[in-house]
Amino acid sequence: MAEQVRGVPAGLWTRCEKCGHMVYEKEVVEALQVCTECGYHRRIDARTRIEQLVDPGSFEEFAVDLHSVDPLGFKDRMPYTERLKREQERTGEVEAVVIGRAFIRGRRVILGVMNPNFIMASMGAVVGEKVTRAIERAAEENLPLVMVTASGGARMQEGMVSLVQMAKTSAAVARLDEAGGLYIVVATDPTTAGVAASFASLGDVILAEPGAMIGFAGPRVIANTINAELPEGFQTAEFMLEHGFVDRIVPRAHLRREIARIIDYAGK
Amino acid sequence: MSSEPNSTPGAAAAASVGGFLDFEKPLLRIQQDIEELEREQAETGRDLNEEIKQQRTRLKSTLRRLYSSLTPWETVQVARHPKRPLSTDYLKLVFRDFCELHGDRVFGDDRAILTGFARVGPHKVAFVGHSKGREVRERITCNFGCAHPEGYRKSLRLMRLAEKFRLPVVCIIDTQGAYPGIGSEERGVAQAIATNLMEMSRLRTPVVCVVIGEGGSGGALGIGVGDRVAMLEHAFYSVISPEGCAAILWKTAEHRKQAAEALHLTAKELLKLGIIDHIIPEPLGGAHREPETTATNLEKYVVEALSEVKRRTIDTLLRRRYERIRALGSFFESPSEPKPEDGSVGGTHRRTSSRAARLRNRLTTGTSPES
Repeated sequence: MAEQVRGVPAGLWTRCEKCGHMVYEKEVVEALQVCTECGYHRRIDARTRIEQLVDPGSFEEFAVDLHSVDPLGFKDRMPYTERLKREQERTGEVEAVVIGRAFIRGRRVILGVMNPNFIMASMGAVVGEKVTRAIERAAEENLPLVMVTASGGARMQEGMVSLVQMAKTSAAVARLDEAGGLYIVVATDPTTAGVAASFASLGDVILAEPGAMIGFAGPRVIANTINAELPEGFQTAEFMLEHGFVDRIVPRAHLRREIARIIDYAGK
Repeated sequence: MSSEPNSTPGAAAAASVGGFLDFEKPLLRIQQDIEELEREQAETGRDLNEEIKQQRTRLKSTLRRLYSSLTPWETVQVARHPKRPLSTDYLKLVFRDFCELHGDRVFGDDRAILTGFARVGPHKVAFVGHSKGREVRERITCNFGCAHPEGYRKSLRLMRLAEKFRLPVVCIIDTQGAYPGIGSEERGVAQAIATNLMEMSRLRTPVVCVVIGEGGSGGALGIGVGDRVAMLEHAFYSVISPEGCAAILWKTAEHRKQAAEALHLTAKELLKLGIIDHIIPEPLGGAHREPETTATNLEKYVVEALSEVKRRTIDTLLRRRYERIRALGSFFESPSEPKPEDGSVGGTHRRTSSRAARLRNRLTTGTSPES
């Protein structure tokens, strides 16, 4: 989040973490958390995203109370259950994705939104299950599916249980595809690793927010492997567009319009 | 996170002296004793056969003791043993008449994954397998078994051929992970793997997968979705390498042993978790000590698994394959709150405290969160 400036009433002015300009926080919020100076798209949590994206009052949430069972009894410097508890208390969310039904400019959709504020929206069994249920719901109800992705990848603390969520979500997309359902991905910062290598890359149409990091391997891992500096703009939405893996880059303010437009072309 | 091979591809496998791994040091000492006795016998002509025999028995029992209780980190070392049989070895020992088919028809021919037609037992199959290479030059050609997107696209191409010509697919998995490089990202390695996961889930022909050594994350899973998934006894399969996990969670690679433990990456653990459905036994002391025996066991499994899956109609097979994948991953769901009538929009509606939910869950599932 943007840093607060000393001597100024809290939250009034902030410094953009990208361009360093002083920006009037209220204006940034009005601009959907996009820097008014440089257009930097801040990471936003799932609730903020939903509020920005759907018609007011139209979101009905599904599968609210799915909890991780800590399948491995994982403990690093802190037990995984403890980490989850802290994240839950800090964010007020149970897990890293929110799914439900909503209207976007009057078009009914199934919506999934990943929450980069919750353990980097890493995908464990619960995230995998909720994403899968959203995909299945879209097929059952014959509605377009909009998935706003953001993730650091599979959730290490669930080991292989997390890795196989890639297979599970992708298999569900196959079924939606066979049912003729429309699947729109909105890739936001950061959409990486196990999520990039599964349902986030399988949209019929893939939109991306400007500047979003999108890629498979971590940039540090790549730099260490090839022992060289990475080119400017590597693994950004623009890079993915240039290489043919993203259909359109859409600024946050236009997302509702663009999603509605695609639904009008391809939705049922 | 799921995409980080432990270090540069081909970084020396576990340190080994005279073919012995770190934890096998007791074996090395006995081996040296035996060699000394033999030398003495040759030089002095004294009959030391009895002592030698004793030492050999000791060697075997020590081997048995060490391998009956491998720690996860030791398993990782065995799986990465420089002499461990590779898919190219099994292509000679298990499969016959390998007719290699090259290229993804898009960009190139990735040598990190070999594909083609082959025979195993009574079956004609489409073979897809990571290739790590043994000698230095070979390893470089194969990029140490770390595939680029081309490898995954080539695999899918072969699988589509298999579907068309009604051949079952056998996937042999052995990789540190997909290659983390610039070209790999430019050509969409994430998309290539994702597409394989989706298409393998609905491929209209049987698919049998076996992890023979390293099951490195998404790069392994990218050819690892099927009707049967098995592992060799001392192979490992993990969301991230123990080194990578330690570096991220413990902030130092020194904790790789703890990480290996925590990740539950051994065949035994993964069978318990329902991630795999079979463990193929290895000879005493690991696959590298008797590649032929390992090959026999692998062949037996593959032939039987193929016979079994081929008996089902393709629709039954696909239904079961989906059910199997769909059921992966446990979680618990507490009774959901009554939904607010007006629906709810960002921020205005939050579930009741997660603390209450946890308490309920503890009651309903009997699990006790550590807190």
